[in-house]
Amino acid sequence: MSKVENKRAIKGGEFLIRETQAHEIFIPEEFNDEQKMIRQQCKDFLEKEVFNKLDEIDSMKDPKLMPSLLDKAGELGLLGTSVPTEYGGFGMDFNTTMLVAEVIGGGHSLAVALSAHTGIGTLPIVYYGNEAQKKKYLPKLATGEWKAAYCLTEPDSGSDANSGKTKATPSSDGKHYLISGQKMWITNGGFADVFIVFAKIENDKNLSAFIVEKTFGGITMNEEEHKMGIKGSSTRQIFFNDCKVPVENLLSDRENGFKIAVNILNVGRIKLGVAAIGGCKRTISLATNYAKERKQFGTSISNFGAIKHKIAEMVSKVFACESACYRAGQNIDDAYNGLVANGTDPAKAKLKSLEDFAIECAILKVHGSEVLDFVVDEGVQIYGGMGYSAEGPMDRAYRDARINRIFEGTNEINRMLTIDMLVKRAMKGTIDLMTPAMAVQKELLEIPDFGSTEEEGIFIREKKVLANLKKAGLMVAGAAVQKFMMKLSDEQEVLMNLADILIECYVAESTLLRVEKLIQTQGEQAASIQKEIALIYLHYAVEKASSAAKHSIAAFAEGDELRLMLLGLKRFTKIDSYNLKEARRKVANYVIEKGEYPF
Amino acid sequence: MKILVCISHVPDTTSRINFIDNNTKFDTAGVQYIIGPYDDYALARAIELKESTGSTVHVLNVGLADTEPTLRKALAIGADEAIRINAEPTDSFFVASQIASQAKANGYDLILMGRESIDYNSGVVHSIVGELLSLPSVSPVMKLDIEGNKAKVAREIEGGKEYLEVNLPFVAGCQEPIAEWKIPNMRGIMSARTKPLKVVEPTTIDGGVKLTKFELPPPKGAVKMVSADKVEELVTLLKNEAKVL
Repeated sequence: MSKVENKRAIKGGEFLIRETQAHEIFIPEEFNDEQKMIRQQCKDFLEKEVFNKLDEIDSMKDPKLMPSLLDKAGELGLLGTSVPTEYGGFGMDFNTTMLVAEVIGGGHSLAVALSAHTGIGTLPIVYYGNEAQKKKYLPKLATGEWKAAYCLTEPDSGSDANSGKTKATPSSDGKHYLISGQKMWITNGGFADVFIVFAKIENDKNLSAFIVEKTFGGITMNEEEHKMGIKGSSTRQIFFNDCKVPVENLLSDRENGFKIAVNILNVGRIKLGVAAIGGCKRTISLATNYAKERKQFGTSISNFGAIKHKIAEMVSKVFACESACYRAGQNIDDAYNGLVANGTDPAKAKLKSLEDFAIECAILKVHGSEVLDFVVDEGVQIYGGMGYSAEGPMDRAYRDARINRIFEGTNEINRMLTIDMLVKRAMKGTIDLMTPAMAVQKELLEIPDFGSTEEEGIFIREKKVLANLKKAGLMVAGAAVQKFMMKLSDEQEVLMNLADILIECYVAESTLLRVEKLIQTQGEQAASIQKEIALIYLHYAVEKASSAAKHSIAAFAEGDELRLMLLGLKRFTKIDSYNLKEARRKVANYVIEKGEYPF
Repeated sequence: MKILVCISHVPDTTSRINFIDNNTKFDTAGVQYIIGPYDDYALARAIELKESTGSTVHVLNVGLADTEPTLRKALAIGADEAIRINAEPTDSFFVASQIASQAKANGYDLILMGRESIDYNSGVVHSIVGELLSLPSVSPVMKLDIEGNKAKVAREIEGGKEYLEVNLPFVAGCQEPIAEWKIPNMRGIMSARTKPLKVVEPTTIDGGVKLTKFELPPPKGAVKMVSADKVEELVTLLKNEAKVL
């Protein structure tokens, strides 16, 4: 699956200043037969074991149900996709693990339990464990014989993770650490056998990470939390009271815990983005079929323009997010393969490749979770009164979606991180933002190029729109950096706006490139619906980014500067009018005919 | 024991059925294909027997190259080897003849398949295979156990069940609950690509059956309400419009 040799190495975050070509990206239509079989395997698993038990799972009446479902997932190999083969897993490439995360992502509470086990529960050992730790824990985690949980958050330490108060005190004989402290919102807490626990050794400034077995003693927990959604996923508050952890269970180096936490979250974020798509697709299929069956005024409500509008919007946003997720996933795979080919240790290469694309990971976390919230909200609306009834499927979909904007770093934290990382990379010189930002400033003072381009090809005009949108981003970001300098991080409102521009540039570009590649490989006719989607999304992205830019500029510029930048923004966010109503109808009619998310 | 499981490659149960070329051809555009659900049960039982008796399981499909992902899935579920007879499965006699000629060449102790495929639903292939091989054939088999060189079989009949003892080899058309259908596990999926999939050219047979046309049932019309006191009108409508009286 590696296409490393055909590509220029693409750097994470570089999309803002680099024109990526369609042939450089991976699109979901390129999954091979084996990957398709894995996708079907995951669908079958949900169909056979989960969808028929959703009420039972959420009732939490049988505490053994969720672990038994994880056991079944383990038998199918779904818990070992990221574990290397030498430790009993399948060592799959990143994009295949993304595909598994996507489908399982439609599995409500089970999805959360499974992803907590395979992601934040298992990956710290995969990436940071020493040989003995990997040998001891990974085979059992890969089969599900042992279930894992991740203990980072504390009552007074959430987004500010490094401020945790949990302490690890070396025992007098030097053989153990005694861990004491309180952790909360621990997914899988009720049944986990292994906990990745973050604590500070003595008076260290930074966290360290430990592998803690339930049997070590000194662990007690509160009852299950009552939550708005994902009610069937176990969430506990856990107390460590002189929990005796052998010194060999320190994960990686002392004070390396915060770095582990941050890096593991990179994976968690992109996986959350793609998992949201799984939830979206299921909601779209349910809502579309409901709209076909529900008759009012003598006809199916799917025949009404207002409903078609909703269906088309839901599908376009999901298609766009999907395009971006698998594009980034393949970038991570390519970066990994390149590093391994140059002799880097595979675990380190995986971390490095994820770190390289940490900006994209944060973008996709935000975008995926917000698209999901949009989709479930419209799902409820299409169902009407039945959408508000706890008897219908939208109730659970709506409640379960909401957590995604909160965990794995809130969307606010992730938006700020996106810009923070980009600016840091620019400062370090990893990405040259300066030259293109200066060029944009120069362009602002020149007579506008009215662009009577004679070029031929797919999406020529749209690519110009996109290139301009990036310029708008560079203009606003450049001005904000100049204005606030080191104090930019205090201007959270501006950072939110800048992140929105960045997100829309990335996602709209991914969508255009995916459809361009589809047209190249399958022809204009076969990709005609997807072409409408690309245009619908591009218009949405321009509108959203343009509004974010306007708010941002007004927050720090005034007088002539303000006027000049607003003029520039107008120029850079110009897009030809297009009959989006007709475009949406075409998309919706196609989806309604298929009765499910059809791509 | 050598078991042959015959697999049909059929549209997913949720597919929209359309015909093209003047209603003479099934429109395959956008259709997802799966292992025939009844064949899936047969395969699941074969894999259980493989595990309990150490048998080998071959899967066979009569179809063109596009059916190979379906065969690979059967390999992922646990079959040891796949055979694809490289021909369009035109009719039941043709398909059964191809299966019989392979079965004759390989010598199986048990030939399993679904009670019917869910595309054309003829439900006769197992009987024709039995006939062509001069073997007993039983359908629909809902329970199958092997004891020595005999099979103990439970079969659904009108109003009850029938229990049979059948000498091996024999042909069974299977249905649930003969076994629980299986989801392939990751190891199976990854090993499927390296398992043998043999492509065999068909023997020349003139099935003697030619498809001339499909016809879809007429679309459901609107419901006409007749008030309870107008029985006369109802009878007239049933006679003249619905033409059921």
